[in-house]
Amino acid sequence: MPKVTLSHFEAALLFAFFTSIVLGVIAKGAVRERLLYGLKCFGYFLVALFGLGWLMYFGHR
Amino acid sequence: MAGKEKKSALPMPSFGQWAPAVALAWLIPGGGHLLLKRRGRGALLLFAIGSMYLLGIMMRGVLFQPRAGDLLTTLINCGGFLGDLACGILYLLTVWMGYAQPNAAGFAHDYGTKFLVTAGLLNVLAMVDVFEIIAGRKD
Repeated sequence: MPKVTLSHFEAALLFAFFTSIVLGVIAKGAVRERLLYGLKCFGYFLVALFGLGWLMYFGHR
Repeated sequence: MAGKEKKSALPMPSFGQWAPAVALAWLIPGGGHLLLKRRGRGALLLFAIGSMYLLGIMMRGVLFQPRAGDLLTTLINCGGFLGDLACGILYLLTVWMGYAQPNAAGFAHDYGTKFLVTAGLLNVLAMVDVFEIIAGRKD
């Protein structure tokens, strides 16, 4: 199995992507509602990712 | 309110009804949905959980072993082991093929370990979803 080396951002982005797919698939409602829920989860992940990133940046100054 | 009462009054399906599908959902991520003819959802689950697990292995994540110690050590190792085990055939194949990554410093290994455990936890959600579909609590 080849080894991959990802940056923090790439790894967190992939984590958010795959997790959002599963959360969207298992959500209740019609296909459109589940798709929107998955996208919303991905958006929340991104907000948390950038928010915590900036928080750590200012915390380390 | 009345809708909620109606939902909770749904009868519990018999063991023979849900056990094979839930067991298949554990063994093969998305397998339970495929068995229930939810092909699109099953394929998406297989793709997402399988990719996450493979990425975890390619990042050389650590597979937990159940180890006893102080409360936190026991909780982390046993919980992590259950999370890994929840990946079903992916975990079993990895162990059978002799994958043994020692715990090493570095964020890539750490991400890998989290990817492996999270893939298992997402598979548990998929198993619960299969059960809810069989129980009639979902379409």
